[in-house]
Amino acid sequence: MNPALASLTRYAVGLGVFVWTALPIYHLLIIALSPPQDAVASGLVPKNVTLENFTTVLTASHNLVSHFWRQLANSAFIAVMTSALTLFVAVLATFAITRLKIPGGRTITNIALLTYLIPAAFLAIPMYKTMGQYGLTDSPWSMILSMVTLASPYAIWVMNQASAKLPDELDEAAKIDGATPLQILRHVYIPLMAPTLVAIGTYALLLAWNEYLYAFLMLSTERQLTLAVALGVFLAFDDAPWSLLMATGLIYALPPTAVYYAFRRFLVAGLTEGSVKS
Amino acid sequence: MSSLQREALLPPRAIAAPGAASRAPMSSERFWAIAFVLPYMVVFALFVVYPVFYGLRVGLNPVGYNKLIQDPVFFSTIWNTILFLTIAVNLKMLAALFLSGFFIRQEWWIRALSVIFLIAWAMPSIPTILSFRWMFNPEWGMVNAIIFDLFRIEGPGWLTERHYGLGLAMMVHVWKSLPFWTLILMAARLSIPRDLYEAASVDGAMPSQAFRYVTWPSLRGLFLTSMLLSTIWSLGDFNSVYLLTGGGPADLTQVLATLGIRYLRQDQLDVALSAIIVAMPGILPIIWYLMRRLSQAKAA
Repeated sequence: MNPALASLTRYAVGLGVFVWTALPIYHLLIIALSPPQDAVASGLVPKNVTLENFTTVLTASHNLVSHFWRQLANSAFIAVMTSALTLFVAVLATFAITRLKIPGGRTITNIALLTYLIPAAFLAIPMYKTMGQYGLTDSPWSMILSMVTLASPYAIWVMNQASAKLPDELDEAAKIDGATPLQILRHVYIPLMAPTLVAIGTYALLLAWNEYLYAFLMLSTERQLTLAVALGVFLAFDDAPWSLLMATGLIYALPPTAVYYAFRRFLVAGLTEGSVKS
Repeated sequence: MSSLQREALLPPRAIAAPGAASRAPMSSERFWAIAFVLPYMVVFALFVVYPVFYGLRVGLNPVGYNKLIQDPVFFSTIWNTILFLTIAVNLKMLAALFLSGFFIRQEWWIRALSVIFLIAWAMPSIPTILSFRWMFNPEWGMVNAIIFDLFRIEGPGWLTERHYGLGLAMMVHVWKSLPFWTLILMAARLSIPRDLYEAASVDGAMPSQAFRYVTWPSLRGLFLTSMLLSTIWSLGDFNSVYLLTGGGPADLTQVLATLGIRYLRQDQLDVALSAIIVAMPGILPIIWYLMRRLSQAKAA
């Protein structure tokens, strides 16, 4: 192909990718900026632009967003706890498997892998019933524990791969100096694994914040809902105020997008690391 | 715990015997190893093993299957699920294969674009699915407004017609998951040694030949694995259908995931579980294959 044509093709592909990605987000934005009575995008350029919907959401002055701040806090609490607990569970398990070489470590890795292969919506059904039996439904802990269950297999899988790259001599040297496993974990292992830990922590945070289905099943009272489920509640109304819905949706989408930008390098490196070998 | 204690209480004789490590009192290393895997094992036992066994116990009851098969939308749901998986997964993976080649280029604007492209994956799916839903609203949406402006005709009822509804659900699904798979395939392409391409170009290979003889042989294994993994995960995609069409019109765009959840919400657990278990003959071979493949990759 001649070079001019090739670069023209690349521009066309780039433009296509840009429109494909940006259009729904742009549409979200222009509807969020439309006046509440008139959430109609008749074309690509909005006619009347107003911040009214954002004010309504932030002052919680519509009955569909009356628990906005509480629901935002719920989403944040669930996301942060999921991230912390996933890291805790996965870093200890991976340390035991790859560094302390626990017998049956391979089986544990395979078990984690198997969990990773269960379709999420399928596990949700028995999980919902089980949470009821444990008396956890409608508590944020039902969400936190389900999200840890979904995130830790992948976390263990990725961390196993990263861990395998650390030379055994490091632990040997520390052991000879008389370090206990706890000290090796704290002073050798965790610092060396830091980039992967950031990737996993971010992954679990985004997973929990973005989750809809599990929250939709497990949480039911208005004050316990996460923002994700609260957005779904709008759909139950025939005359749903779409501009308000889009404004709430946009605010809800901002934190994960910001987190993604802040930790992009770690996330991308961490998450693709395990995949390439297979 | 009792076996641990028993080991610890073994007479000192065991220590003296060289090579009898397994009968020696547990080393502190062994103790910590067990303590460290315990949290994961507890999570796994309480939230995977127990629910799965509970689900199987309730779900293997034939009554549920009878009710499921008598549901008039059951067969259309199966068909929708097959269509969804076949079309959406193939489109997504082919697009990812193509775009991964585009995004590994070094031009500054392509690298900037890749950052934007990944937003779809980082963002929660609800706001964008709802954005699509409103955009395709037959009466008020942007798409039909533009169609009307251009051609002076009424656009179709995008979300109230079965095949459009299902097609758009697939599109939304691809929109959300394409960046992830592109990223995976990009990483794989970047790990192919450069000198293979240099050698190919010295031999006068065209770009299409370089792809066929260098890129594809290195990507093939990962591509297949990704395709199967993506099939399983797409089967568990509830949001794309539920939030876009709600399974409607008249339950004609339901897939197994949304049908199962619909039964669960109607408090018919046995039927909900049957709706999942009917997919097992399809997915168990895939899971078995992936387990073999991925656990081998680990050892390599």
